[in-house]
Amino acid sequence: MDNFFYYLNLLFIETYKILFLLIPLLVSVAMIVWLDRRVWAFVQKRRGPNVVGPFGLFQSLADALKYIFKEIIIPASSNKVIFVLAPIVTMTLALVAWAVIPFGESFVLSNINVGILYLFAVSSLGVYGIIMGGWASNSKYPFLGAIRSAAQMVSYEVSIGIIIINVLVCVGSLNLSDIVLAQEKIWFIIPLFPMFVIFFISALAETNRPPFDLPEAEAELVAGYQTEYSGMMYAMFWLGEYANILLMCAMGSILFLGGWLSPIDIYPFNLLPEPVWLIFKILFLFIIFALVKAIVPRYRYDQLMRLGWKIFLPFSLFWLILTSSYLFYFNLLPTS
Amino acid sequence: MIAHSLFFYFFSFIAIVSSVMVISSKNTVHSVFFLILDFISISCLFIMVGAEFLGMIMLIVYVGAVAVLFLFVVMMLNVAQQGKELFENINTYSHLPIGLIVGLIIFFELIIVVSGWKYKPELFSIDSLSLNQNITNTHSIGNVLYTDYIHLFQLSGMILLVAMIGAIVLTFKKKSGIKRQSYIEQISREKKSGVSLVEVERNVGVKIDE
Repeated sequence: MDNFFYYLNLLFIETYKILFLLIPLLVSVAMIVWLDRRVWAFVQKRRGPNVVGPFGLFQSLADALKYIFKEIIIPASSNKVIFVLAPIVTMTLALVAWAVIPFGESFVLSNINVGILYLFAVSSLGVYGIIMGGWASNSKYPFLGAIRSAAQMVSYEVSIGIIIINVLVCVGSLNLSDIVLAQEKIWFIIPLFPMFVIFFISALAETNRPPFDLPEAEAELVAGYQTEYSGMMYAMFWLGEYANILLMCAMGSILFLGGWLSPIDIYPFNLLPEPVWLIFKILFLFIIFALVKAIVPRYRYDQLMRLGWKIFLPFSLFWLILTSSYLFYFNLLPTS
Repeated sequence: MIAHSLFFYFFSFIAIVSSVMVISSKNTVHSVFFLILDFISISCLFIMVGAEFLGMIMLIVYVGAVAVLFLFVVMMLNVAQQGKELFENINTYSHLPIGLIVGLIIFFELIIVVSGWKYKPELFSIDSLSLNQNITNTHSIGNVLYTDYIHLFQLSGMILLVAMIGAIVLTFKKKSGIKRQSYIEQISREKKSGVSLVEVERNVGVKIDE
């Protein structure tokens, strides 16, 4: 019986921790959509959403309310189970990855040995939500969008994988906290700057953001895999997409920008709590994401594939060999 | 331990049921999805025995890449039409004898291989395994893979490379009559080769793009 109460207690504590992570995350996803639209508008000299609440801050909440009250339409010829499952898969996978993100030295839900592999695996599963949605809609545009998206995400995962190996060679551990702590002396963005640039561009492609938003290119494919979705199901796709973007920003700041570490370890800077620094870095990366969306025109599909396979992949492989040779020659390889 | 075994039975139940569904579901796309579910529950089992590296690699390689390619191919098939033609008109029992024969042959081969296999006597005692509890299993796999088994590892890499080149050679066709973008040509274009001054005759014009 003691055992039972022990497990029950554990369950309550874990549930509390998960809620403590998830609710702020969902609220910040709503806020980040507002920020995205504001930055976009700022670049194009528009006002953007500024009516609902102060500075239009509650715009996303109003949108969410609208989505909740809209009717969910399931096309008659669609594959109903998979059609309903697709947005659920997208959103679950986008949220599940946050379990291993370390917000501070002891502020992490689950500090597992293979944290970075877990992140990589979950982000590579993200393609299923899109494929399922596109195929189950049983209509041309969603299907074309899904196929484009699948090919794109699989191609750019390869270069992201090699970039991750680049960082891991310098760290010597797959644990995310170890990766952050290895950057105490110098952030990896300085020695591995080209890798950071490639990671950023690959992250754009991985999350289907402009200039790589071909799966939902409105001029060609209406809205890609989301065309047949409406109401709350569309909103779930949309939440999952933005949660994924935030995740990629978090991954970038952990791998290259020193995670929760403050830029300089002196008095006024180290006064701030650790999570605040990580949130600053995520926001910084996100604003660049939003700026890119506003500034850059869309790629053509063959250019996208060429960039992924013929430029990023060889270059990151070359840089991997360079990094490991450098570490080997100067005897700097991390040992356990 | 109760929770542990509960989770074990949960994941193994899902793995077995979904692997049965892979071969029994009539919709090919559904069977690929069941295959993915099978992979995921097996990687959960890997993580439960403490082989978290294998579990994650399983997820990344099989679910993240291989199964996506499966889905790619299967989605191109016209499933609605296929369901009618394959499963209603054709007598499915006509394939049964051949399938049985192949299955039996594989089964006997497996029996011969497994019964004829000789294990090192020290394999079955856990003490003999040089497991270091202080390092993660990623490290221990790396320690073995890149030292003792480096030749086998490189050989398997070579086999994969040959397979990849073979696939590329099989599908590579040079089509004529297609306009392709050549970046080097575009960048190295100069005014001399791009622009030419022509005296145009009246009512005749010039022919461009010769």
